[in-house]
Amino acid sequence: MVKAIEKTGIAVVQMANLVPVATSVGANKIVPSISIPYPLGDPATPFEEQWKLRYHRVGVALDALSTEVTEQTVFSVKI
Amino acid sequence: MKKIVHYINQFFAGVGGEEQADYKPELHTEILGPSLALNKALEDAEVTHTLVCGDGYFGSNEEAATQELLGMLEGLEFDLFVAGPTFRAGRYGFAAGSICKSVKEKFGVPVLTSMNDENPGVNMYKKDMYIFKGGKSATKMRSDIKVIASAANKILKGEKLGSAESENFYPRGIRLQVIDKNMKPASTRVVEMLLKKLSGKEFETELPIPKNDRVDIAPAIKDLSKAKIALVTTGGIVPIDNPDKIQSASATRWGMYDISSNDDLLEGIYKTIHAGFDPYGADTDPDRIVPLDVLRAYEKEGKIDSIDSHFYSTVGTGTTEGEAYRMGSEIAVVLKDHNVDAVILTST
Repeated sequence: MVKAIEKTGIAVVQMANLVPVATSVGANKIVPSISIPYPLGDPATPFEEQWKLRYHRVGVALDALSTEVTEQTVFSVKI
Repeated sequence: MKKIVHYINQFFAGVGGEEQADYKPELHTEILGPSLALNKALEDAEVTHTLVCGDGYFGSNEEAATQELLGMLEGLEFDLFVAGPTFRAGRYGFAAGSICKSVKEKFGVPVLTSMNDENPGVNMYKKDMYIFKGGKSATKMRSDIKVIASAANKILKGEKLGSAESENFYPRGIRLQVIDKNMKPASTRVVEMLLKKLSGKEFETELPIPKNDRVDIAPAIKDLSKAKIALVTTGGIVPIDNPDKIQSASATRWGMYDISSNDDLLEGIYKTIHAGFDPYGADTDPDRIVPLDVLRAYEKEGKIDSIDSHFYSTVGTGTTEGEAYRMGSEIAVVLKDHNVDAVILTST
């Protein structure tokens, strides 16, 4: 899916928990998420904490979209 | 008698489905599920232990899970390690391939597993081990186990496995040298092949070139503050009545949903229909999968110009790469039409 979109020239970043799978399938820009059932906010943590994590990781994804890369890149996250 | 340890996931161990995917590693001396069938098909060998781990747990904690699993194997005597069969289950295939690779490195025993050709684990691990070509789903359990058992029998007897083609495993990229007195010399074979090619007949190459299916990296967005961003997901988030009847697994349909007046995806209005994980986290706050709330914040701050009027959704479990590609291409047409500059795609 990522590849079909990227092929048309639209910049795309994949947020995925199984980074090795995303890499193997061929996503060029990857930002890790925290789990499969709740990629961007652990329901067991306070709402503010989830929001902070989601805000941070989506921010990394946006920055990834504006970063020129020459090879598959996994962008690092702080929280 | 030779000894085998068998790795399976929480589902085949009978622990439970997705709600148990975070099940931590366990070693059983009483063998379970597919281990019984494997044990039955062995000749001069037995399965002594079943090793169980939840696919979600392994996927989200690969390093810790591997250490725990390897720790359990320490001190055990075994001659061969089997994982799966994993069919088309992506996370199971990933776990099976990863643990087989670690076991092979640490204990130096042969490792065997089985996956369907659409399992992403194949491309990740086929160079590291024997991965036999398996069925799409557990209905092929019996025949897939048989293939693994017959290879295990051969290896444990000290026999060598034949070529990838004859033994039905994915080529590992290793050249198998055989002396065949009946084979024509290469010079004759190549001329025959050329003549066939020239006359438009079918011919079979002896050196298939693996196809490269990478796509070129799209140019980066020069100025985010002028960009329109779209959200796409394979996590199955849809309006609560699932108006497009997107399938919960092996999806062939996708949907686009108007969010031009939403700041947030609310519980009870949106939900997930994805059958591949426990829906609790997604249903109670769909922004955990389609992060509209924080993207709106970035829009207000001016980090991005705007968000597309719609988000796009399908289900990514059991979905073939072919179908995914087709749906991706169809979505891309709409994205172009909406003048979208960039996409955040969330997968589960």
